Amino acid sequence: MKILLEKSAFDIETYLKNGGYEALKKALSMKREDIIEEVKKSNLRGRGGAGFPCGLKWSFIPKTEGPKYLVCNSDESEPGTFKDREIIHKNPHSLIEGMAIAAYAIGAQTGYIYIRGEFARETRIIEKSLAEARSKNFLGSGILGRNFSFDIKVVRGAGAYICGEETALLESIEGKKGQPRLKPPFPAVKGLYQCPTVINNVETLASVPYIVLHGGSAYASIGVGKSAGTKLFSVSGPVKKPGVYEIELGMPFKKFFEEELGGMREGEKLKAVIVGGSSVPVLTAQEAMAANLDYESLQQAGTMLGSGGMIIIPERQCMVEALFILARFYHHESCGQCTPCREGTGWIEKLMKKILEGKGASEDVDNILSISENMMGRTICPLADALAMPAISFIKKFEHEFNAHIKGNCNLCRK
Amino acid sequence: MLGENFRKDFQKIMASSADAQSAVLALLHEIQKENGYVSEEDACELSELTKIPYSRIKAVMTFYTMYNLKKTGKYHIQLCRNLSCHMAGAPALKQAIEKNLGIKEGEITKDGLFSFCEVECLGSCGTAPVIMVNETYHENMDEAGLEKLIENLRGNFKK
Repeated sequence: MKILLEKSAFDIETYLKNGGYEALKKALSMKREDIIEEVKKSNLRGRGGAGFPCGLKWSFIPKTEGPKYLVCNSDESEPGTFKDREIIHKNPHSLIEGMAIAAYAIGAQTGYIYIRGEFARETRIIEKSLAEARSKNFLGSGILGRNFSFDIKVVRGAGAYICGEETALLESIEGKKGQPRLKPPFPAVKGLYQCPTVINNVETLASVPYIVLHGGSAYASIGVGKSAGTKLFSVSGPVKKPGVYEIELGMPFKKFFEEELGGMREGEKLKAVIVGGSSVPVLTAQEAMAANLDYESLQQAGTMLGSGGMIIIPERQCMVEALFILARFYHHESCGQCTPCREGTGWIEKLMKKILEGKGASEDVDNILSISENMMGRTICPLADALAMPAISFIKKFEHEFNAHIKGNCNLCRK
Repeated sequence: MLGENFRKDFQKIMASSADAQSAVLALLHEIQKENGYVSEEDACELSELTKIPYSRIKAVMTFYTMYNLKKTGKYHIQLCRNLSCHMAGAPALKQAIEKNLGIKEGEITKDGLFSFCEVECLGSCGTAPVIMVNETYHENMDEAGLEKLIENLRGNFKK
């Protein structure tokens, strides 16, 4: 069962032939509350990483007069994640249609697509698709003859991972440093330019047309339990077939790994899996093989579905080096606002470098664990946790590799 | 000095922005498109044009890593150094780039044609390793592909 990537449509004519914008037509004949009700019923959860129920998020928007905004988070920057890019490449109008429906449901007049600055090609695709949608009056004033006007502006980021955090993203649209805001107030109350704002991920919004067209319960019946629908997984690492896959939530990892990814490349052996982007706890091969790919199963397995950015780590990759690379990344990307994150990510990077270079002692490993514990939950946004969680899991699950580095006999780094 | 092209785009960007501050990221992108980097002088001029205090423009240009604060080559080569690219051979590519260009990471060639730096995840992990030349991605890169790419860029320039 595929929804997002079932049929590619590079231009609006193909999208229309595939039944595109029928959902928007249907939505505009529905009551706004009823659309939100259907999205609630669908159990669609935020696909950017946090997994917050989408319909509930929309329902927080006050029904007052005055400007409201819909923002699409297309700042895809979590290491291992490249799924939204695939939607933009293969089905850009599903995003625009989803946004038009969402805007109608929450009463937004203006939408923003905030796209990471490096995605120059993707920005051009979106601009072209927006122009096509405007030419057919799916955007603009009096959309399809109704009393509903909505248009979308594109804002390019400039290379800051933190802008994927929704309030940092708002700051960035406002032309400031991307530093997350203290919450509450939440964006639904005071968001962009202090007005009520909904921020959704590309994949979340692109799933909306299906829900409107087929009903919330049809979507809820796909997947497993509270993990409804399909999910994109972007897979990297030395598997036979890396790439972006759309699967029904609940598929066993083992089946996904063997049947879709074709297993490991010749000469490679599976050691570990980062299931949902670099900020989630790592799983050993054995743990991964026993897990199913849905929100609840992965939580039970001690990790998170996150963004679906799956990094397959082979036996040959030293885990000390891998954690150093992640620590360097999070330190580089910390916005510097909160001390536990700004200093903690830096300390972990330094200690990891020391251990990696064979100059570490076992106290250094203990210190990383202690720093991680003291970072978690003590900052404005979850970037600190995004390093602390992998750090703790890497050390606990691959302690022997850290010990080998301390003793100066890591076989993997010597080659 | 901000050029004529920039001044044309300036009006357009300001008109489509909610307010002057909201235009800053796009304006800095435009400056960089024209000059390859954002100089102190250009930032000062932008402050005068937009009536936004210089400190606030400086805050933005130093926060976001895409803005180059020093001169870059005509072709600015960026290599992803994050986990997926690392596992797929980015360290060897780094050596190959440095050897080919005769410069170290963070430097610019004497003729001003190339500059090279490492970057964090470019969001193209399934086709790792990836390098970005100016605004274009080159995916599934290997040493042979790299040689060819650099050769082509040199050739382009000579034409």
